[in-house]
Amino acid sequence: MTETTRTPQATVAAKAPRTRESVHHAAALALGDDALVLSHRLGEWAGHAPVLEEDVALANIALDLLGQARVLLSMAGDEDELAYLREERAFRNLQLVEQPNGDFAHTIARQLYFSTYQRLLYAHLATGDGEFAGLAAKAVKEVSYHQDHAEQWTLRLGDGTDVSHERMRRACQALWRFTGEMFQPVEGLDFDGEELRAAWLESVSAVLRRATLDVPEGPQSGGWSAGAGRQGLHTESFGRMLAEMQHLHRSHPGASW
Amino acid sequence: MATAAQRITRTPAGDGPADKTAAAAAYEAAFDAAVAADERIEPRDWMPDAYRATLVRQIAQHAHSEIIGMQPEANWITRAPSLRRKAILMAKVQDEAGHGLYLYSAAETLGTSRDELLDKLHSGRQKYSSIFNYPTLTWADVGAIGWLVDGAAITNQVPLCRCSYGPYARAMVRICKEESFHQRQGYELLLALSRGTPEQHEMAQDAVNRWWWPSLMMFGPPDDESQHSAQSMTWKIKRHSNDELRQRFVDICVPQAETLGLTLPDPDLRWNQEREHHDFGEIDWSEFREVLKGNGPCNEQRITQRRRAHDEGAWVREAAAAYAEKHAAKGKEAAA
Amino acid sequence: MTTSDWPLWEVFVRSRRGLSHTHAGSLHAPDAELALRNARDLYTRRGEGVSIWVVPSAAVTASSPDEKDPFFEPAADKPYRHPTFYEIPEGVKHL
Repeated sequence: MTETTRTPQATVAAKAPRTRESVHHAAALALGDDALVLSHRLGEWAGHAPVLEEDVALANIALDLLGQARVLLSMAGDEDELAYLREERAFRNLQLVEQPNGDFAHTIARQLYFSTYQRLLYAHLATGDGEFAGLAAKAVKEVSYHQDHAEQWTLRLGDGTDVSHERMRRACQALWRFTGEMFQPVEGLDFDGEELRAAWLESVSAVLRRATLDVPEGPQSGGWSAGAGRQGLHTESFGRMLAEMQHLHRSHPGASW
Repeated sequence: MATAAQRITRTPAGDGPADKTAAAAAYEAAFDAAVAADERIEPRDWMPDAYRATLVRQIAQHAHSEIIGMQPEANWITRAPSLRRKAILMAKVQDEAGHGLYLYSAAETLGTSRDELLDKLHSGRQKYSSIFNYPTLTWADVGAIGWLVDGAAITNQVPLCRCSYGPYARAMVRICKEESFHQRQGYELLLALSRGTPEQHEMAQDAVNRWWWPSLMMFGPPDDESQHSAQSMTWKIKRHSNDELRQRFVDICVPQAETLGLTLPDPDLRWNQEREHHDFGEIDWSEFREVLKGNGPCNEQRITQRRRAHDEGAWVREAAAAYAEKHAAKGKEAAA
Repeated sequence: MTTSDWPLWEVFVRSRRGLSHTHAGSLHAPDAELALRNARDLYTRRGEGVSIWVVPSAAVTASSPDEKDPFFEPAADKPYRHPTFYEIPEGVKHL
């Protein structure tokens, strides 16, 4: 993995013995990359949302996430070096957040799955005394709003028209296999994966049922599909996303902006 | 459904034809007196039809400009070269959506629904500012839009905060307050480029070269050719002439460009001691008219994207409306 | 109303504790819950509020400008409702 990593910090961390600092670094990258990548995806909606009020709402969520990403990446090194100069394999985000926007139903399903996870995880981290407690305490307020937004729309799409119901059903199903990864252990983060999974499932199932949707069946992860983002293995569309995100920065090495 | 906005249209009432004329004259006199006294006209006040139509046209065009104006800048959100710049740009594009909404909301107080206005935009029956039909080719264009395009817009908008129509004036106060950061971020962005690597400096100069003249066109045709100006001035919808505002803008930009270390692409630009203003070169109005007619570099692209977003979102809007109806019915059942 | 034509809502924002809600503008939303959320995103992006009301525009009954005289002028000639109407000798405190 170190061959594909250009960032000095990342290289050092990958080679260094597992000190407290490198553990902290790995966890900051995992959480920071989730927020960065999802923020980027939501930013792609600008000017394309189904109604202007949603342009504003999605941008709000994207800005919250970008703010979190900047704090987290700065804990791990230089935020811009980490965002713009790492290769795909050095990113530690969940595969879920890198999935393309698709239609509005896909975006809402992705938001529902991720924001429920993030709210539960941050609420847990906020009660601890780890290095992320401060950030988590602040972010959990933002994330609760993201979750509320996702739930409101899940209800309306699921229990709206036949067309919206079918689109929402398909979206929830399609993204289901990326959800198992959220409960895998992350180095440097203290949480119980099975407890988290149970709480997540309870929360998401309740919303889906109110939205007249079935809880998707099938595995929450597969041999290749999920569980790998945290190790640096990503899906096809992610490379393209990074190419777009990093292109300008990389075209002017050493420049300030 | 009857909204507050739709219930406002009032006509002078009376018993006979003679009364009607007399009442109409009285209403008109009251309106003229209010405008002359610099009072605000509010939605439920009587107003001449032409005043209402002018406002709807102007506010709608302004709202459409905010919404279409999101596109050239959103074009760079996914490529912003630092996370700080990315956050700033995202917040700015979001503000533009918000400003569009404030303005549509002001237009709705005149009895025209947003759906109606969007429909007119999508079918080309209402216009938006021509400036957004130019492409954003490099990152520096984001800076040039902030500095020049927003700068020109602010020069136009600040007097609108005192516009005679209350809801429009109030929307403009909010917008001007929020927009103060838009121009500054653009200037700061260009400054960073201008003082950066030679490639960055060149990128900044190239952007200014392309955006300078279209920005000057944003003030509209010269005063002697402007169709609506005189009447709008009498009604205090407009407070300064196109040429007056254009001159003010040029005078503001010249020293700012010097600090930037960038050149404004006009060989005739120089200080005129006698006028105490800068003289500047001839604007190519044929280009302006062409872009206005729909032949600019991006007219087709901008309106197509807007229409697509709207059409592709129809099922979402319908779903939410259906949900609301279902649950309103359930609520009534429960209450019964 | 076409299915995609969301109704209009009037938005009132309390900018901080101790002040009353003030009209901020309007917006479209399919129902009250989303109206409240849209209002939060649109009218309090810069922390302008601590509390929001949304009211369907159709539910607002307004006085008409024609009634301005019967509605508001009678109040204008009752100066005794205002404290400045009363002359108090100098030096009297707490009044």
